Amino acid sequence: MEPSAHSLVICEHCDAVHRKHELARGEVARCVRCQAVLYRRPWLSLDSMFALALAAAITFFIANVWPIVTLELNGHASSATLWQAIVATWNDGVGVVSVLAALMLFFFPMLQVLLFGWVLGFLRAGRLPPGFIPIMRVLHAIRPWSMVEVFMLGTLVAVVKVGDIFEVILQPGIWAFAALTVLLALVASFDVRRIWLLKRECCG
Amino acid sequence: MSEPRISTASELGIVACHCCGQLCRHVQGDICCSRCGARLHRRKPDSLARTWALLLAAMILYIPANLLPIMRTGSLFGSESNTILSGVAELWRAGSWDLAVIVFVASIMVPLMKFAALLVLLISVQRRKAWRARGRAHLFRLVEGIGYWSMLDVFVVTLLVALVRFQLTQVDPGPGVVYFGLVVVLTMLASMSFDPRLIWDHAESVDDGKAEEVEHD
Ligand SMILES: [Zn+2]
Ligand SMILES: [Zn+2]
Repeated sequence: MEPSAHSLVICEHCDAVHRKHELARGEVARCVRCQAVLYRRPWLSLDSMFALALAAAITFFIANVWPIVTLELNGHASSATLWQAIVATWNDGVGVVSVLAALMLFFFPMLQVLLFGWVLGFLRAGRLPPGFIPIMRVLHAIRPWSMVEVFMLGTLVAVVKVGDIFEVILQPGIWAFAALTVLLALVASFDVRRIWLLKRECCG
Repeated sequence: MSEPRISTASELGIVACHCCGQLCRHVQGDICCSRCGARLHRRKPDSLARTWALLLAAMILYIPANLLPIMRTGSLFGSESNTILSGVAELWRAGSWDLAVIVFVASIMVPLMKFAALLVLLISVQRRKAWRARGRAHLFRLVEGIGYWSMLDVFVVTLLVALVRFQLTQVDPGPGVVYFGLVVVLTMLASMSFDPRLIWDHAESVDDGKAEEVEHD
């Protein structure tokens, strides 16, 4: 069992057992039975992944500090950050929506960025990241619930909806969210299970 | 080229960790992954019952989600309530037909498709159908991959509530948006609790026959 344990892969979607092959960069291995993705080798190296995670952290900060858009009407202006939107829905009595938005748009993306950065940073230095196992389990669990890209499209819809009544001024927050969408998609495309391999290579 | 016989992990008495990919020996009962400690199962526990429960709850909540207004726009000329569908119609009338189509697909088509797909998957697995297993596997991955885009309208309302706060014009959230958010969460949980390996468990008897013929050559 032990020597073969690292050479076999089991398809999550149909339970078929496959022998593992080393892939070239950017290649994807698919299940022969159901064609689900078994594993992939990313284009990016550990160093570039770490750089992306750092860039995503900075972008996340900018996206949440600056307002997203400003609306103007007859000399009155109103703008909002993501967090103000979360607070406003809470105060308007739709707490469920407020909590969902806070988790899916703020806490989960923030955790993804910080925890990826933490793990990759230590692995890059050839050290075992403190808290590695619980961190990997958190990353695995929150991944489907992080929804910055949906918010980005939602912002676009919201702007168009009010565009004929108000003058819309785009703020730095919206560009930061656009950049964060791309960076987070790249960071999250990194198969979490790949990190276990990296960890074995560098720390045993 | 093609493998003559596909073995499954459950035949070999092993189970792969869904979190870290580690293979563990699995005889019976609950075990934990030897590497990351995640609880492992040969198949997701009570997959069909849980998926049914979550799916039915989502389908029930989908009714108020569509009938109740998701936001109210108050202005000098009185207040106007919008449901999801009337929001789409408004976008269309305003000339943004492209966004109207996107919102229509994300808010109305995707949840309905997801309901239909999960119903087909649940019923076909319960009746132990071997029918088009690969097609159903694709269907499952499709609904799992696109489901979360339905949160679109919820986030539109979240942002508008904070932005449109003028003396003469305000946007307030309606109760429909709460139901809609819950529908999306419930359908996501439903597709997460469905175990796609069940599709293949019953397809196996057919596959086995074919595979054995190949082996005898
Ligand atoms: Zn498969
Ligand atoms: Zn594990």
